[in-house]
Amino acid sequence: MMIGGISIADQATVLEDAPDSVALVVEGVSHSYGSRKALDDVGFTVTAGKFAALLGLNGAGKSTLFSIITRLFALQAGRIRIFGHDVEQESGAALRCMGVVFQPRTLDLDLSVTQNLLYHAALHGISRREARLRSEELLSRIGLSERHNSKVRDLSGGQMRRLEIARALLHRPRLLLLDEATVGLDVKARAEILAHVRSLVAEQGTGVLWATHLLDEIEANDSLVVLHQGRVLAEGKVTSVVGKTGARDLNSAFAQLTETAPGPGKVAS
Amino acid sequence: MSAVIASDRPAGFSFAEYLTCMGGIVWREGLRFVHQRERFISALVRPLVWLFIFAAGFRQVLGISIIPPYETYVLYEVYITPGLMAMIQLFNGMQSSLSMVYDREMGNMRTLLISPLPRWYLLFCKLLAGAAVSILQVYAFLLIAWIWDIEPPPIGYLTVLPALALSGLMLGSLGMLISSGIKQLENFAGVMNFVIFPMFFASSALYPLWRVQEGSPMLYYVCQFNPFTHAVELIRFALYGKLNLVSLAVVGGCTAAFMIGAMFAYDPARGFSRRGPAGGES
Repeated sequence: MMIGGISIADQATVLEDAPDSVALVVEGVSHSYGSRKALDDVGFTVTAGKFAALLGLNGAGKSTLFSIITRLFALQAGRIRIFGHDVEQESGAALRCMGVVFQPRTLDLDLSVTQNLLYHAALHGISRREARLRSEELLSRIGLSERHNSKVRDLSGGQMRRLEIARALLHRPRLLLLDEATVGLDVKARAEILAHVRSLVAEQGTGVLWATHLLDEIEANDSLVVLHQGRVLAEGKVTSVVGKTGARDLNSAFAQLTETAPGPGKVAS
Repeated sequence: MSAVIASDRPAGFSFAEYLTCMGGIVWREGLRFVHQRERFISALVRPLVWLFIFAAGFRQVLGISIIPPYETYVLYEVYITPGLMAMIQLFNGMQSSLSMVYDREMGNMRTLLISPLPRWYLLFCKLLAGAAVSILQVYAFLLIAWIWDIEPPPIGYLTVLPALALSGLMLGSLGMLISSGIKQLENFAGVMNFVIFPMFFASSALYPLWRVQEGSPMLYYVCQFNPFTHAVELIRFALYGKLNLVSLAVVGGCTAAFMIGAMFAYDPARGFSRRGPAGGES
């Protein structure tokens, strides 16, 4: 299997030479729910300090993939490494390197903004004193300092998402995974969240895997993985993916790729 | 970047990090309990209704002979107090399992499960937190019972603590094991009908087993095999500064079995992975 123009074997060599340059490696990952194949031999890489978009329609397998990367689901086939740590063999080290924002809200609505952050910090073994310092810093950065004592259920959808991103950054991960983080938000809140995440890449060198089905969230310089019905249809720079299809823009390229793709896989019986 | 980034840290976790994690989980469970005042009130009202109304009514009907650990005849209220203490823990264990199902539906459970610390440890901390909350409830109940003239020996308040911790862990583990098999919150009513009521009534909480044996030998054996009976007896003996070895062995064994089962069920390679994606996810 070829990923990003180089073979898996070559890639492993590259990884061993410079493990810090590659944030996430997904190799040959397959997953089935009974007889329905949700992911079929999925493979791609996310470079450290870069913004990578995982583009796919609803049902493409994005959330399943996120659940596997974060070990909510077991890896049925394939291999995943985060900064060189195998998620199966070294799950603690792998999970410590990444922050995650899931598609459904995962905040405790009955706790305050700060309490949610302190709880997350404790789950990462961060002392209360250090957690308070980091929380204040992050809340200030996302403009929620004045709401630190508010119950989360009193926040707007956009504020909740910003808080979830802040929470995911509390343990200072080098890779941030966001699964459809702007779903259900208005245009302004969507733009703010996206700008905030892009600033993390530019200013702090955080690697980002941004799962979305919205083409307007992707920029020409981004890395792109197109996932459709559990299969990777294309991977590379946006300009390169568009160029390979011969389409005039990403919109047309995506339509072309998904229309010509084969149907969903079934588990061989 | 000046900040120390996560992956620069050495592999593994220090003892302090484990303790911080445990403290955080217990703190969060405590906060939730404080926020849910109705839960605290209902947890107290339930056994008090049994104590004040049921026991008063049945005092004349059910005579209790001298049975260990009691050294004299006791009032029916005195007899059922350990059973009601265990009942608080039983309901709390099931309440915890309900909140785990709720957390799973709401997505909060993911926050816990993607912690880098070992999953078995996270679940153990969750159980410990649940047991701690149930012990607080039991002591609040004992205070009210004391006002109602139910006065175990003063040392009993101390010696019952380890028994409550163990029985709280056993019932919490059972709740966690059950929660792993419940797919939707709506299915939880079944737990009431098929777990809580049979466990409570087929035990020595409300009547001594020798009385049950007189009425139905079959039910007597059911009660003997019910781990809740042994939780009640462990608490009863401990409340009077005594140790019931058989009950300790049964409760200890069941705690280990339920705990292993719960951790197995929440292992990503098993329980959690069997479920498909939640609604709306791809």
